[in-house]
Amino acid sequence: MKALLSFLAVIILILVATFGGSVENLHFLFGIIIPYLAFVMFVGGFVYRIIKWGRSPVPFRIPTTIGQQKSLPWIKQNKIENPTSTLGVIVRMAMEVFFFRSLFRNTKTELTQGAKGPIISHGSAKWLWLGSLFFHWSFLIIIIRHLRFFLEPVPVFVQLFDSIDGILQIGLPPIYLTDLFFLVAVTFLLVRRFVVPQLRYISLPADFFPLFLIMSIAISGMLMRYFYRIDIVAVKQLALGLAQLHPVLPEGIGAIFYVHLFLISSLFAYFPLSKLMHMGGIFMSPTRNMISNSRMVRHINPWDHEVEVHTYAQYEDEFREKMKKAGIPVEKE
Amino acid sequence: MYKGGKIIASLILFVAFLSIPFFYNMGKVNAGPENLQASISQLDGQQCVESADYMRSNHMQLLNKWRQSDVRDGKTVYVNSQGKSFDISLQSCLECHATQATKNTVGVNNPALKTSDQFCVSCHNYASVKPTCWSCHAGPEGAPK
Repeated sequence: MKALLSFLAVIILILVATFGGSVENLHFLFGIIIPYLAFVMFVGGFVYRIIKWGRSPVPFRIPTTIGQQKSLPWIKQNKIENPTSTLGVIVRMAMEVFFFRSLFRNTKTELTQGAKGPIISHGSAKWLWLGSLFFHWSFLIIIIRHLRFFLEPVPVFVQLFDSIDGILQIGLPPIYLTDLFFLVAVTFLLVRRFVVPQLRYISLPADFFPLFLIMSIAISGMLMRYFYRIDIVAVKQLALGLAQLHPVLPEGIGAIFYVHLFLISSLFAYFPLSKLMHMGGIFMSPTRNMISNSRMVRHINPWDHEVEVHTYAQYEDEFREKMKKAGIPVEKE
Repeated sequence: MYKGGKIIASLILFVAFLSIPFFYNMGKVNAGPENLQASISQLDGQQCVESADYMRSNHMQLLNKWRQSDVRDGKTVYVNSQGKSFDISLQSCLECHATQATKNTVGVNNPALKTSDQFCVSCHNYASVKPTCWSCHAGPEGAPK
């Protein structure tokens, strides 16, 4: 049901875009206004979300560590997994951001029937890590490749990515490796939510919707490249016009292009409202980006207010004479 | 804001990074290969192998088919959707696109040369697509590999 709703939502988006793409008068809306709107919503929403998160107080050290803490000199510290220096944190964060270190440690738990009753077993599960790695890196390379539509002259590094990506030269236009990796990876990330019962149970529309959306973006892009060809020069004129803040609307771009563009605009607009904000959030996770120095430095809660104390010494100072008269022993004469 | 400076600085960097395309193209003219249309119209009513719209978006797939049928299947004649036949040969392309289509009288007229008003390269450079024609065909001198 949750998956079906998300799927229907994406189908509706596709239908809306198909309509917009096939009506000439709506091209201005779908080709220029919506992409700009989506971009503004993406940047504005992203900045808003990050600042909102940044305002959360982080008074104490809460890094989750998987290595030996800095201790006595003869005990070897794990300087990356339990960092006590900024450099260590940077290396740790880089491993997290570029290689998904914590996902690499993903485990699975299985309950099986043994001879003497059920046995619980824990094992490492690397498939999610591998799938995510392929998914994210392919996505990044695909975005870099798309810069050829937004930059004129096209920089060398974009051309380089392009030629390496199409290195197999299968068919014309050549099939991009990242297109294949991306489609396989996003299918895997989706299928695991259907197949694994535990995952199906915890999956929400917020999980399914982005996956369907991203999948439809990939499929529409690949259809456009390999099957229903469109006029690339006109597409570049449109994209370049957008980037020059001088939008032009060349004629004769197929409706499928508007589907692709509208789905991407939807993704960008939806991005700050969604789980996809882990793109910015990963940098702000206190369990990863904090120096583990809670035993080296005293961290005082910044919003602790001053507590008025009345020590025994002060009490005695105040009541000394009365105490003496009543025969109560005092510490100081 | 805890570590506000770092967060704000990173956000500024992020936004600056996103706005690279805006600055990169600033002040430049969005000049697509417009002269193509002009040169095609000089071909007095002729049509390419298929319609211009079809050729514009599908020429590479057609050329791929041509290669298959000529080099591998031995069929050297292509019959287009209107029943007209064409020799499957690079010469069929060059007949129009090299000489009459680009009325450049200075030097050798060749569509593969890297001057921006030449036929293939003007679009291919613009869209950053490298044609693979010259990995087999003897390309003219100075043709981009």
